[in-house]
Amino acid sequence: MADKIQLRIVTPTRLVVDEEVDEVTAPGVLGQFGVLPNHIAFLTLLQPGELSYKQGGRVTRLAIAGGYAEVLDNVMTVLADAAEFAEEIDVARAQRAKEQAEKNMAALNIDDREFALCEAALHRATARIEVARPETRR
Amino acid sequence: MATLKAIRKRISSIRNTQQITKAMKMVAAAKLRRAQEAAVAARPYAEKMSELFKNLVARVAREAHPLLGVRDEKKIDLILLTSDRGLAGGYNANLIRATEAFIRREGGGKEINLILVGRKGVDYFRRRRATIGERYLNFLARAGDELAGEIAEKAIGRFIRGETDAVYLIYSRFRSALSQVPTVEKLLPVALPEERKPEQMTEFLIEPNVEALLAGLLPRVVQVAIHRAVLEAAASEHGARMTAMDSATSNASKMMGSLTLQMNRARQASITRELMEIVGTAEALK
Repeated sequence: MADKIQLRIVTPTRLVVDEEVDEVTAPGVLGQFGVLPNHIAFLTLLQPGELSYKQGGRVTRLAIAGGYAEVLDNVMTVLADAAEFAEEIDVARAQRAKEQAEKNMAALNIDDREFALCEAALHRATARIEVARPETRR
Repeated sequence: MATLKAIRKRISSIRNTQQITKAMKMVAAAKLRRAQEAAVAARPYAEKMSELFKNLVARVAREAHPLLGVRDEKKIDLILLTSDRGLAGGYNANLIRATEAFIRREGGGKEINLILVGRKGVDYFRRRRATIGERYLNFLARAGDELAGEIAEKAIGRFIRGETDAVYLIYSRFRSALSQVPTVEKLLPVALPEERKPEQMTEFLIEPNVEALLAGLLPRVVQVAIHRAVLEAAASEHGARMTAMDSATSNASKMMGSLTLQMNRARQASITRELMEIVGTAEALK
């Protein structure tokens, strides 16, 4: 029995993480879920939010912008549209993106196609802000 | 025979040209390295994505998603990736030739709508009888994944609305700095991977369900294919330019060599002539 799980996070532009970790928590569309070593084969959609992993008591946190997670043979692969470490996040930019999305949404009708896009942008921005500043979380 | 002065002038003009080609070669080499790094960095994502896609698509019927639907190809969208700048050897000419060949081969009685990326392609097809849909200029200056997203979204929209029955992509595949191959790829309908035997399939716990995952994944598959093509095209362009400028530089050297020889001959001839004249005059004065 392995007591570690290999975590790989890839985005279209780079390989973000490729490490052996003890535990992973990820934002699935049906809610947050945790993955421990020897997890059953599992496939899910991810929504924008915080992904964190534990490695010998140290916790690393990232903001991810939706994607897929696959767990197979003690390897968890996360295909994220974008991923950033908490330290890397430009909060001011995320804040601006959030305000812009809110403004756009206010101007649009809920049935518009753009509405969904703006809403997705809002979720991504909110996720980034929350990951960068855990104290803002309710 | 050309005068000494004229030859000197040509040599210095060739030297100037050589300096430019040498600089361009070095710039292209640096950009090529960066383009290759970007292509390598994008690989793990693309590989994992196609693996995931194979896994999912094996569990559904072909009718499960509109992007998988094969129709009679009456209307075709053709996306062509060319460069914005010239001086890249045969890079753009090869791509355009491949496109013309494709249109001749497949285009009989079909409506072809061109989507052109890069100034060179636009310049060429603007002057010909062709239907041009979208055009994108200066794509290398923009982020490749953003551009890929935009093109993919438009192509998918047109395909779903029935404005096109198939979408093809023509780009230059990067083999090495010396060799770039124009390649035609079918983007839509999304091709199914070969059948996999059921016993090879792992039982997955899937959330929320296969259809939802596939619906999200398919547009991404298209986008990733375009993104990869954009990266390959960028690397190909820089590779082609580097090779072209390298041979231009060595041609300049060769030319300078032969001109220097000519110049020395001309100089010697004039010295000999002057000597003969002096000797002749001295003789005449005796």
